[in-house]
Amino acid sequence: MTPHQSDRIATQLINLLVGIVVLILLFLLGDIVLSGFPHISWHFLTSPSSSFSAGGGVRDQLFNSLYLLVLTLIISFPLALGSAIYLSEYAGDNWFTGLIRTAIEVLSSLPSVVVGLFGYLLFVIEFHMGFSILSGAIALTFFNLPLLVRSIEGSLHAVPNSQREAGSALGLSNWRTIRGIILPVALPGILTGIILSAGRVFGEAAALIYTAGQSAPLLDYSNWNPTSSSSFLNPMRPAETLAVHIWKVNTEGVTPDAVSISAGASAVLIIVILIFNFGARAIGNQMYKKMTGGK
Amino acid sequence: MHKKTLVSTLVAFSLTGLLLGGCGSKSSQKSASDDTKAAKVTKITAVGSTALQPLVEQAAQDYQASNKNVNLTVQGGGSGTGLSQVQQGAVQVGNSDIFAEQSSGIKADKLVDHKVAVVGMAPVVNPSTGVTNVSMAQLRDIFTGKITNWKQVGGKDQKIAVINRAQGSGTRATFEGAVLEGKKAVTSQEQDSNGTVQKLVSSTPGAISYLAFSYVNEKVKALSIDNVKPTDKNVTSNKWTIWSYEHMYTKGQPDKATEGFLKYMSSDKVQGSLVNKLGYISIHDMKVTKNAKNVVTK
Amino acid sequence: MDDIQKKLMSPSKASREDITGRIISYTCIAAIIILVISILYFITSRGVATFTTNHVNLWQFLSGEEWNPGTLNDHGQPQVGALPMIVTSFSVTILAALLATPFAIAVALFMTDIAPKNGAKFLQPVIELLVGIPSVVYGFIGLTVVVPAIRHIFGGTGSGILAGTIVLFVMVLPTITSLAVDALRAVPAYFRSASLALGATRFQTIYKVLLRAAMPRLLTAVIFGMARAFGEALAVQMVIGNAVLMPHNLVTPTATLTSQLTTNIGNTIMGTLPNNALWSLALILLLMSLVFNLIIRYIGKRGEIKS
Repeated sequence: MTPHQSDRIATQLINLLVGIVVLILLFLLGDIVLSGFPHISWHFLTSPSSSFSAGGGVRDQLFNSLYLLVLTLIISFPLALGSAIYLSEYAGDNWFTGLIRTAIEVLSSLPSVVVGLFGYLLFVIEFHMGFSILSGAIALTFFNLPLLVRSIEGSLHAVPNSQREAGSALGLSNWRTIRGIILPVALPGILTGIILSAGRVFGEAAALIYTAGQSAPLLDYSNWNPTSSSSFLNPMRPAETLAVHIWKVNTEGVTPDAVSISAGASAVLIIVILIFNFGARAIGNQMYKKMTGGK
Repeated sequence: MHKKTLVSTLVAFSLTGLLLGGCGSKSSQKSASDDTKAAKVTKITAVGSTALQPLVEQAAQDYQASNKNVNLTVQGGGSGTGLSQVQQGAVQVGNSDIFAEQSSGIKADKLVDHKVAVVGMAPVVNPSTGVTNVSMAQLRDIFTGKITNWKQVGGKDQKIAVINRAQGSGTRATFEGAVLEGKKAVTSQEQDSNGTVQKLVSSTPGAISYLAFSYVNEKVKALSIDNVKPTDKNVTSNKWTIWSYEHMYTKGQPDKATEGFLKYMSSDKVQGSLVNKLGYISIHDMKVTKNAKNVVTK
Repeated sequence: MDDIQKKLMSPSKASREDITGRIISYTCIAAIIILVISILYFITSRGVATFTTNHVNLWQFLSGEEWNPGTLNDHGQPQVGALPMIVTSFSVTILAALLATPFAIAVALFMTDIAPKNGAKFLQPVIELLVGIPSVVYGFIGLTVVVPAIRHIFGGTGSGILAGTIVLFVMVLPTITSLAVDALRAVPAYFRSASLALGATRFQTIYKVLLRAAMPRLLTAVIFGMARAFGEALAVQMVIGNAVLMPHNLVTPTATLTSQLTTNIGNTIMGTLPNNALWSLALILLLMSLVFNLIIRYIGKRGEIKS
């Protein structure tokens, strides 16, 4: 077999595998969106859920999912960024660094229910935070950190050393080089990390049942005081996210329209994630162009 | 310039995070101290049984509408979680599908039982089996693995696929207490929620499991036992024997606010309409009582 | 004179900045280390209680096949044998990773080297979308599509390792793919140019240069995929059958560590043996994923090219 033949065969093989994946993707998304789309209506998106009668919506759950995502990112992103900078720029290549990396990776294989119970016993009970979005966000930070740290570290690592040398040659401090040169160059990789971890936040259920809770008290969207218990901004209120709601109606839901609520909520979730992913990429690309001075 | 903005945004982000965290713990401490005063808003948390959760949650919403000084949080987590948390005093109310006495590791004498509803359970099969009635002995033999084919109980020639409930779950304890007479169930598939069991039974040929009445729909076939139909009426007279209470446990006698809510739970407002709407049977309708040892008295 | 000396002796603005930077990143890593240690300690302390407080024999726990923590066997010993779950968890994870990795790398290559424009534009967002679909939804699609299909082909109930593997394959695909894309993109362009300039075909470049240069990060991608498969519970629980039986083939009902853990933890009382035994499962899971991690790292070290 000549190199050219093997090249052709390999390309065909790759195309075949990609084709299969695309088919699976189309089937999955088609299945979820098509079966859910007919149930999405303005009413569905803007009315609160109902525990036994038909016609409930997902307004509060949708908002909670987004709010939880924001809180989780606020907590986990700076932590992950700082740690990734440490691992890629400051840490020596020794056993200790290896230990930290391994520990972080092992953390990501924990079943979510374990993280949920840990969060429940520590934050909800021990720290008296109660069932709250904040407890949920901290528990989710545990999931997010491994993926975020590793993908940010990886993308920092991928920045060629010549860039660092250029920074040093200009007399910049290491820190300034990282901030001004390396981070902007690594932005696309950092974004992948954020998007992936955001996906996990949107889709997580088991960990949240024990921390953010699985009931959604009525929210008052005109109350902008974050310390009031009915305010939608209060991070200390219990909150049911879309994924938890889907889990709940599928497992113990007694509403007659549980099937259509679940299908509709899944489709809504997919659309929200899609918007988030495209949005994050678009903003990221804008920032990337601005910060790196590229075209 | 924009690099600076990036960094300052980050700093702002992390500061907000810290602040929120700080505020959070402060405000929760405040509400904890409010508990003792009972002057302002009292916080009541109820956790436990996922099956009972929708009922308590809905009742709590209605109750709060007229009682502004109570802040009720109702969550799931499972009966085991409910019992152990109320025993530790971490929550005010522990919701459970089973008697505290039936749960090892729980000091039942420290807990006070408040029965709020009755739930009936029925054996359900995939409609393809062609069986509508079994005797109690046959049902026992199916779940202990002695009968393995539907034709042995008058159905089609089809293998029986037993789908049990999670070990230690209230539903399984009730079913085994009423049906198995202390014998051990065959090791088989296990699922922990009514919804999943219902979907599995309706899609697996030859499947048998059991469900709370409210989850029995047209896709699964509920069996009669010894020609007694699984209906609410038969449960109230104990002609249908597979039923259990839904409990709300408190540690010792409940405080005033909790007592108020528990009273509301057993009032006609909840028992008369909400309980039925959610597929439970009102405790006021029961003509018999059952104790933790499964002894039924009229 | 003094002024100049003072100026020379005191730290410059740059080095002060650098110290700030160091403090920030050291604080972050310290915080993460504390988080990791606290959760590891938490699980370990609860997980070993089965052996220290309840005096279960460790070897029996690892090699027993009967799982009935609530009841005692004929010898008055609690029936806590985790072997079936260990075997099943191991099998589904390995199989799912073996199945997903070629697909993921193919898709990643397609996006970075074969059709970088359209591939990246459409495939990437869609694949990343898959991460966010809740496990329950995957579980139900598995229950309504995969399980009946397997039942149709192989008979039986359809639940089992095969169904679990297929569902997990789809679930870990996006994680591995996205991280693999980043790994391949990180290979400097001059690697490709140099290889092509030497007259290598695209496949030779991919196989001999790209994959090797990206190897450490590709392995990280696989590790994360396996970790996800290992820890996944809600979806697997629905399609695997959840019966604690030794798997004899790929299509009989069985249970994984996580499915058993998730199904039962809400029903057990904290501090009792059934509850402790579940935490021990979590501990085993943790140790097993540690072993995986070390093996893969070791393999990676051997295949690595130094740049």
